[in-house]
Amino acid sequence: MLLTFLSNERVQRILFQSAFAIVVLVFGYVLITNIQAELEGLGLEIFPFVGTTGSFPFIDIGPDFLGQRAGFSIDERAFGFDYSANDTYLRAFQTGILNTIQIALLGIVISTVIGVVVGISRLSSNWLVSTVATVYVETFRNIPLLLQLIFWYLAVFLKGPKIAESLDFFGIAFLSNRGLALPQVYSSSGSGTWIIFVGIAIVAAIAVRYLLTRRQEETGRPSYPWWASFGTFIAIAGVSFLIIGSPLSVESPTVGQFSYDGGITVTPEFAALLTGLSIYTAAFIAEIVRGSVQAIPKGQTEAAEALGLNGFQRLRLVILPQALVIIIPPLTNQYLNLTKNSSLAVAVAFKDLFDVGRITINQAGQAVPMVALIMFSYLGLSLTISAVMNFLYSRLKWRSLRQ
Amino acid sequence: MTLKRSVAILPLLLVALAVLVFAACGDDDGDATETPSDTSTVEPSGSHSQVLQDVLDRGRLNCGVNDSVPGFGNLLEDGSFAGFDIDYCKAVAAAVLGDPDLVDYTPLTAEARLTAVQTGQVDVLIRNTTWTTSRDASSGLTFAATSYYDGQGMMVRANSGFTTVDDLATATVCVLQGTTTELNLADRLPDAEALGFENNDTLQTAFIEERCDGWTSDKSQLAGRRSAFPADSGGPESLVVLSETFSKEPLGPVTIDNDAQWSDIVSWVVMGTIAAEELGITSANVADMAANPPNVGVSRLLGVGFEGGEVTDTGLDVDVTFMQDVLAAVGNYGEIYEANVTPIGIERAGTLNALWTNGGLIYSPPFK
Repeated sequence: MLLTFLSNERVQRILFQSAFAIVVLVFGYVLITNIQAELEGLGLEIFPFVGTTGSFPFIDIGPDFLGQRAGFSIDERAFGFDYSANDTYLRAFQTGILNTIQIALLGIVISTVIGVVVGISRLSSNWLVSTVATVYVETFRNIPLLLQLIFWYLAVFLKGPKIAESLDFFGIAFLSNRGLALPQVYSSSGSGTWIIFVGIAIVAAIAVRYLLTRRQEETGRPSYPWWASFGTFIAIAGVSFLIIGSPLSVESPTVGQFSYDGGITVTPEFAALLTGLSIYTAAFIAEIVRGSVQAIPKGQTEAAEALGLNGFQRLRLVILPQALVIIIPPLTNQYLNLTKNSSLAVAVAFKDLFDVGRITINQAGQAVPMVALIMFSYLGLSLTISAVMNFLYSRLKWRSLRQ
Repeated sequence: MTLKRSVAILPLLLVALAVLVFAACGDDDGDATETPSDTSTVEPSGSHSQVLQDVLDRGRLNCGVNDSVPGFGNLLEDGSFAGFDIDYCKAVAAAVLGDPDLVDYTPLTAEARLTAVQTGQVDVLIRNTTWTTSRDASSGLTFAATSYYDGQGMMVRANSGFTTVDDLATATVCVLQGTTTELNLADRLPDAEALGFENNDTLQTAFIEERCDGWTSDKSQLAGRRSAFPADSGGPESLVVLSETFSKEPLGPVTIDNDAQWSDIVSWVVMGTIAAEELGITSANVADMAANPPNVGVSRLLGVGFEGGEVTDTGLDVDVTFMQDVLAAVGNYGEIYEANVTPIGIERAGTLNALWTNGGLIYSPPFK
């Protein structure tokens, strides 16, 4: 009777899964209690910032180390975030998170552009183009990223001219191993009015494109909707800009004794990290693009040829839209890798979230809660990227099914 | 029901059984891990130290050190370690195990060092670590006797024209990350741009490339790095350490918080080398002194009877003659300083690290 019951496949499955769940729970329990016991012996807590009082999610930073003065400076701050050494550890950590987000976003964009270009170049019938692309991929994906970062930093960006001998680009931009100084755009009087005109210009441009596209589809006469809408935008935005009398002012940097005054400075640390991450990840993306394009049946290319489309049109209108559905899932992996790999930032003296977390561990001596916080931050970033990409994927898949 | 099915149940039952056993053991483990820390905190003083017991069982001392600061903790080309802090690792090993060579050195980054002590990866950390309130009070660590009074300084290129720290108010300064140095820099020069590096070697490359105008660190470290500055980048003469000292950096060994006996041993090894210098005992004369102590102070320190009297047992958990082994191995404080710190260009006279009788802060409580 019992044996019959146990031999039921469904019962077995449930039993086995419960057994596994119990093993995991027990393991977790032993692990946590063990850490707790050891930390208590040292007078530390495992999660000092997670209290049982207060509002959800029970994070109480008041008396604990996250609310204390950080005391160290972070000179690189993304998105104009305000932080000084007088702020708390929590704010320092937020600065680090924003720095990581900035690197990840820019890295994702740049590596995608390079990756798509190189991936398609690998399929080129031009021997030189495809060979250069192959060499690129095989070089950059087979050298450890940490080495590449150190190479970009020490052997490329730091080898630039000294600040006193900065390369001068027409007096508006400068380059040295202290960074690339670029002019910064400020809004001045009348900028509010101008922004309204820019809004109008965008709406007008969209409308022109829509109308012309419809006309082209209905009459079959080429109406150049993209050019026309771009022209509309430039006309409205440009004319209003001139009428208002330059609502934006540009501040050019000047070369100081130690650094550039004014403008925006892209530091060599930031540049090295972004370059290294983008070029490394692009090598993997190129392979994904190449594989996905090759996965599209040859008949599609032949059919496009038969319609009289040229090479670029075949790629843009027929091949890439179909390849995109295959590209996105592995591409998501690369985006996640890039984000996580950005934690190597400390090798090039860039303060990202991992680095700020490590400094905090050292200064405040709270290793376990801080490591947990770092882990949850990366988890949050990764899940966000996954969610966005999955949304894109489901949209595309739906669209390709509908067609 | 087929035979195959019934056989398939067996592993399932085994797993279920294993889970029950494991769960039971797991609880026991949980209790067991709490026991040692509980007992070690409530044990009366004079009982054996857990770290000491581990070191004796292992037969070797795990010492956390620096590997890139000449004069203090430096990895040499032949793979051995040398420096002021290294000598204190040897001194502790000599005191506890009777042999200064029974040390396993663990090079640690500034960031990893405190965790390494907390987790027991190293028995003692002797790696130019500054004694601060928060580190002492809230990181589960205990600071033993201070072995070197350091202070933060600023090193610049000799041809830069900087003469005071204030000249660098808005400059870019290279600093080692995760150090008190980084905090002092933000206090002293709030408008300077701080470039934090993970290790001294990358930092030095950036400094050579003139990515930064100043290099700030403990003066001992600056002197050490300066003495070893590569000749093709100008050598030591191309660098100047500015005279201002803008922080207090008492450096000394660090041990885990819940083992007072072990901390006492490490402290008294340091103080023993200072007492030996006060008493004029050196590595050369320690054997003679032990055989024939000239006064009662010497006899107490070396753990021998004075003029046929009883040996004073101070109650440390080590052999009463431990200072004989220490002094024979590394010498007294002055000898350790002469051997390691003088060569990197920091004269002892007139600094805080002179003996208290010469106007410094190096002072040992009485061995009694």
